Amino acid sequence: MEAQALQVLQFLSGFFGPLWPLVYTLLKIVGIVLPLLLCVAYLTLAERKVIGAIQVRLGPNVVGPWGLLQPIADGLKLVCKEIIVPSQASKGIYFVGPALAFATALAAWAVVPFSEGWVLANIDAGVLYILAITSVGIYSIIIAGWASNSKYPFFAAMRSAAQMVSYEIAMGFALVCVLMVSASLNLSEIVHAQGKGMFADMGIGILSWNWLSLLPMFMVFLISGIAETNRAPFDVVEGESEIVAGHMVEYSGMAFALFFLGEYSAMILVSIMTSIFFLGGWLSPVGFLPHSFVWLAAKTAFVLFLFLWFRATFPRYRYDQIMRLGWKVFVPLCMFWVLVVGIWMMSPLNIWK
Amino acid sequence: MGAMKEFLNSLLLKELFKGLAVTGRYLFARKITIQYPEEKTPQSNRFRGLHALRRYPNGEERCIACKLCEAVCPALAISIESGERADGSRRTTRYDIDLTKCIFCGFCEEACPVDAIVLTRIFEYHGEVRGDLLYTKQMLLAVGDKNEAQIAKDREQDAPYR
Repeated sequence: MEAQALQVLQFLSGFFGPLWPLVYTLLKIVGIVLPLLLCVAYLTLAERKVIGAIQVRLGPNVVGPWGLLQPIADGLKLVCKEIIVPSQASKGIYFVGPALAFATALAAWAVVPFSEGWVLANIDAGVLYILAITSVGIYSIIIAGWASNSKYPFFAAMRSAAQMVSYEIAMGFALVCVLMVSASLNLSEIVHAQGKGMFADMGIGILSWNWLSLLPMFMVFLISGIAETNRAPFDVVEGESEIVAGHMVEYSGMAFALFFLGEYSAMILVSIMTSIFFLGGWLSPVGFLPHSFVWLAAKTAFVLFLFLWFRATFPRYRYDQIMRLGWKVFVPLCMFWVLVVGIWMMSPLNIWK
Repeated sequence: MGAMKEFLNSLLLKELFKGLAVTGRYLFARKITIQYPEEKTPQSNRFRGLHALRRYPNGEERCIACKLCEAVCPALAISIESGERADGSRRTTRYDIDLTKCIFCGFCEEACPVDAIVLTRIFEYHGEVRGDLLYTKQMLLAVGDKNEAQIAKDREQDAPYR
C-alpha cells in the first residue's frame, strides 16, 4: 500500500518535473482545506444538535438521516442567494472583508502539526505565525464594518477590534508560559516536550501534558480563545439583541457564508491550538496505546464540544465586563503566572528539564 | 474573610461550573420535541379553530340573523346582511368572516343564542391568494356540514359546564 503510494508520487514528480514541489504543496493544501471545510459544515450541524439537546429539543433531523444533509442544504441555500451590495458601501473593500476573514482562517492551518511529521510547513516560529495570522483576521471584521457604511456593522467592528486585541494579550501571555516550559516556538516541538517527564515515563502521559502543570493558563487560554473567536458568552460583536448580526449585517449570500466559514474554521483552529499547547497534541493519554492523529482529532472535538456547551450555558457578558475580565483579571493573572513558572523553573523542583 | 472566599470562588469559576453541571444534565434528558406533522399534541374539545355554521338535523340552517355575533366581535371580522326568505322567515343573505381579522376569541360562539356559529378544532388551513381567507356563508356552512359529527360531540362533552 505504502510502496504503491510512493510509486504514484514518483511518477507524478517525474510528470511535473521542476513544477513538482509547487504541485505537491498545492495538493497538500487541498488535503488540509477540503476536510477542514467539511468539518466546518458539520460543526454547524453539531452545534445545532448539541444546543438542541441541552435545551431538551431534537435539533435538525429532517434533511437526510438524522439531519446529516442539513449543512449541505444550508450551503446550497447560501450559494444560491443574491449578494446584495449596499449602494453607499465602498465596493472594493466591501468584498475584501469576507475574503480576508476566510483566507486568514485557512492560512493559519499551514503550521498545524496533525501528527508526527504531518505538517505543511514545519517552521520554527509556528506560534508567532499563528498569532500574526489570527491578528490579521481582526482586520477582516474592521474592514467589513467600515466598508458597509452602516451604523451597526461599524459599532460591531469597533467592539470586535477592542475585544480581540485585549484577549490576544492574555492569550499571548498564556502562551509565554507554554513556550517557557517547552523552550520552543515550533508546534511539533511543543507537543514533543509534553511527552516527556515523570508521568509520561510511568505510562500516564495525560498527566504530563501542559494542562495540569499550567492549569490556570489552560483556563485563561481556553476562555481567551472563546473571546478571540467572538463566541458566546463573549459574542457582543454579533449580539442579536443589540446590534443584529454585527459586522455581517450588510452581507448576504456567499459573502456572508465566507464570514461564517472563517468564523467556524477559526473556532476549530483555536480548539486544535488548545489541544496542541495544553492537551498534548497527537500524544496518547496512556502508555499502552500508540500516538496518532486520532487523539488530536478527539481532543479537538472535545474542546469544540466545550465551546458549544459554554454557548448553551452562559448568558452574554456585558461589554464592560468583557473588558474588565480581559484587562483586569486575565492580564495580571497571566503576568503573575509567568513569574511563578519562571521561579518554578529556576528552583530545584523544576519538572521541565 | 467573606470577601476572600468570594474572590476565590470567582477565580475558580465555581458558579460557572455549577451552570455547566445543570446544562450537562439536560444534555442527556429525554427530549420533549413533538415532531408536528407526524405527531400531534392532544387537543381540547374547547379548541378554537376555524369557524363553521351549523344546521339542525332536518337540514334547516340554525342562524336567524340576530347579528349578536357581529355586535360582539372585537375584531369586526364578521359582516352580516339579513333578509326575508320565501317562506317568510328571517335569514342571513350574507354571512362573511374575514379570518385575517379574526382573533379566535370565541365570543361569537358564546353570543349565539341558537349555537349556529361555532369554532371547530380545525387549525390546519391556509389561503394561497388574498381573499382565500375571507369565508362566506356557503363556505362556513360547508365546513359545518363536513364536521358536524365532531362539532356535536365536542358541544355535548362541554354541555355540563355551560
